[in-house]
Amino acid sequence: MSQNIVVPTMAEMMSRGETPEVLFWVGCSGSFDDRAKKITKAFVKLLNKANVSFAVLGTEEGCTGDPAKRAGNEFAFQMQAMMNIQVLDGYEVKKIVTACPHCFNTLKNEYPDLGGKYEVVHHTEFLKSLLDQGKLSIEGGQFKGKRITFHDPCYLGRANKVYEAPRQLIEKLDAELVEMKRSRANGFCCGAGGAQLFKEPEHGDKEVHVERTEEALGTQPEIIAAGCPFCNTMLTDGVKFKEKESEVKVMDVAELIANAEDL
Amino acid sequence: MQYLGQVLFLLLLVAGFGFFIKNIKKLIRNIKLGRDIDRSDNPKARMRNMIRVALGQSKMGKRPIPAILHIFVYVGFIIINIEMLEIIIDGLFGTHRVFSFLGVGYDFLIGFFEVLAFLVIFGVVVFWIRRNVIKLKRLNQPEMEGWAKRDANNIIYIETILMCFFLIMNAADGYLQSIGHGHYFQAGSFPISGLISPLFEGMNPDTVALIERFCWWGHIIGVMLFMNYLYYSKHLHIFLAFPNTYYANLKPQGEFNNLESVKKEVALMMDPNADPFAAPAEPVGEPEKFGAQDVMDLNWVQLMNAYSCTECGRCTSSCPQNTTGKKLSPRKIMMSTRDRLEDVSKILDANAGQFVDDGKTLLNDYITPEELWACNTCNACVEECPIDISPLSIIMDMRRYLVMEQSAAPVELNNMMQNIENNAAPWQYNQMDRLNWKDEN
Repeated sequence: MSQNIVVPTMAEMMSRGETPEVLFWVGCSGSFDDRAKKITKAFVKLLNKANVSFAVLGTEEGCTGDPAKRAGNEFAFQMQAMMNIQVLDGYEVKKIVTACPHCFNTLKNEYPDLGGKYEVVHHTEFLKSLLDQGKLSIEGGQFKGKRITFHDPCYLGRANKVYEAPRQLIEKLDAELVEMKRSRANGFCCGAGGAQLFKEPEHGDKEVHVERTEEALGTQPEIIAAGCPFCNTMLTDGVKFKEKESEVKVMDVAELIANAEDL
Repeated sequence: MQYLGQVLFLLLLVAGFGFFIKNIKKLIRNIKLGRDIDRSDNPKARMRNMIRVALGQSKMGKRPIPAILHIFVYVGFIIINIEMLEIIIDGLFGTHRVFSFLGVGYDFLIGFFEVLAFLVIFGVVVFWIRRNVIKLKRLNQPEMEGWAKRDANNIIYIETILMCFFLIMNAADGYLQSIGHGHYFQAGSFPISGLISPLFEGMNPDTVALIERFCWWGHIIGVMLFMNYLYYSKHLHIFLAFPNTYYANLKPQGEFNNLESVKKEVALMMDPNADPFAAPAEPVGEPEKFGAQDVMDLNWVQLMNAYSCTECGRCTSSCPQNTTGKKLSPRKIMMSTRDRLEDVSKILDANAGQFVDDGKTLLNDYITPEELWACNTCNACVEECPIDISPLSIIMDMRRYLVMEQSAAPVELNNMMQNIENNAAPWQYNQMDRLNWKDEN
């Protein structure tokens, strides 16, 4: 993989008197989590390849407040939201793309009421639009014919009814998309949402991520595709728990496309 | 003497509807204990949602077998109520089959009712088998033990008895028509009850007439009793499904409301012109609670949700936490909310409409923090509910109370929230390191 990625910040662009088309909201996972950072880079490579004019906030970005809000801490959430809105409005941001469905949902649905009104898209929707506009093409055939199942992130699927964009991207890879029984509106949570990622589960028979991983493995996939860094973590853990990590990979849709392109 | 029946009938109606209206008033009073929430926007979309989801049963289709059986009972219930109109007129004016002047149309109607009545019996018998013989998991979970299970079976028994009264009444009537007994003139067609009629052959026609009257009275008395049973049962959905879907949340499921009370505080904290040493404004009334500790802290839509819940358990059977053996059950959240609301209602009744603290609250005494903290906020329960109930909104409001009023979050969550407040990420990473990934390999 080539390492030279170009990641301008809003501050740099502003100092040059430029305004990017779109802000890439990296999110906390995408910034700090080792696994999620790979997704971030894969997505940036695609943005670079498609010559998209974008920028990140870098050190000016802060948590959207989503995990605090789902945990019930409306204060922490609204403080984060107001601070982020000040930064975003300061740069006159119009459009935001993010690879995290939790950031996506919060920015899209919960910020407008607090004064932050932006066009917010998930990275799978954005990549789909790049393909449709001919700015990006998928040629590499390394996923051709591979069995890939897609896990719907709750905050992308049910919460915002984005079901097709990630699937259409997988189909463009000439891969064999296999569906789990519980998919789309009936999708089954990975176990991370609602701030569960940050705490131990309650006492029960089984962990949610194991249940979901078993369902995914039931489709005999070579790859479990996700569109969310939290789902990715949970399913990766699940695959390790089932000792299948040598046979089955958990990958973000952006990574699939970047790999297909051999970026 | 000939008016005795009519007088008794009138008394029955007055008592039946009187008691029913009394309970409806109580129901409305209890729902209004909730906080205000504005759901008056977008009436067209609300009407469409109600027609599609409540009238059109659009969310039932996901599970085809109960959907078809439910359609039988639902259509049967609505259509057979036309027959109730005739029974009421006959009862009040001493007539017999007053709509029979419709001729062929009447024959068709009665025949149609009979087929529906048969389908209702078929439907509820299968429902009974699913509950009591097959013991489907979602109908036999812990929260369904005791009254909830008896209640469900009671409804099945009452519906069966009502339909049997209706069919036996028609069978006796049809038989008496065929032998030209008394005032039993030719009216109606009896495709189902006609199969029962032969049993009356050889019986004294007066006895058969007595059976006909017994079933007629049994049917109307049963309907009155059933109507008044609704308030005490899970069966209120037959009315409340409609307002429940009309006032449902139409926003994206992922959008959680931003608490107004918090907005004010945050605006003050963010205001550079605010004087930190200013004397606080004189508080007006009791300060508003953050989140929900008891039913009065929930909004009226959530309380209506609790009364509307039919305890079908689709929510619970789709809940990732419940299906992996955790205590959280969205259905139980709704049942507990209603149980608490009913207990509050009894306190109000006993104290001339004034609430007297009974030392209990919805939180802890009815719903435990363990249940609340298990939720993934994945919206599977909301998606699943056939009448757009949101157990999730109640869970969230109670979490808010736990966190913002009691600081009672699990310790790992407190750490996460502190990190967000200190360094703008749920983990302990410096905000200045947010872009380091760019230069890492």
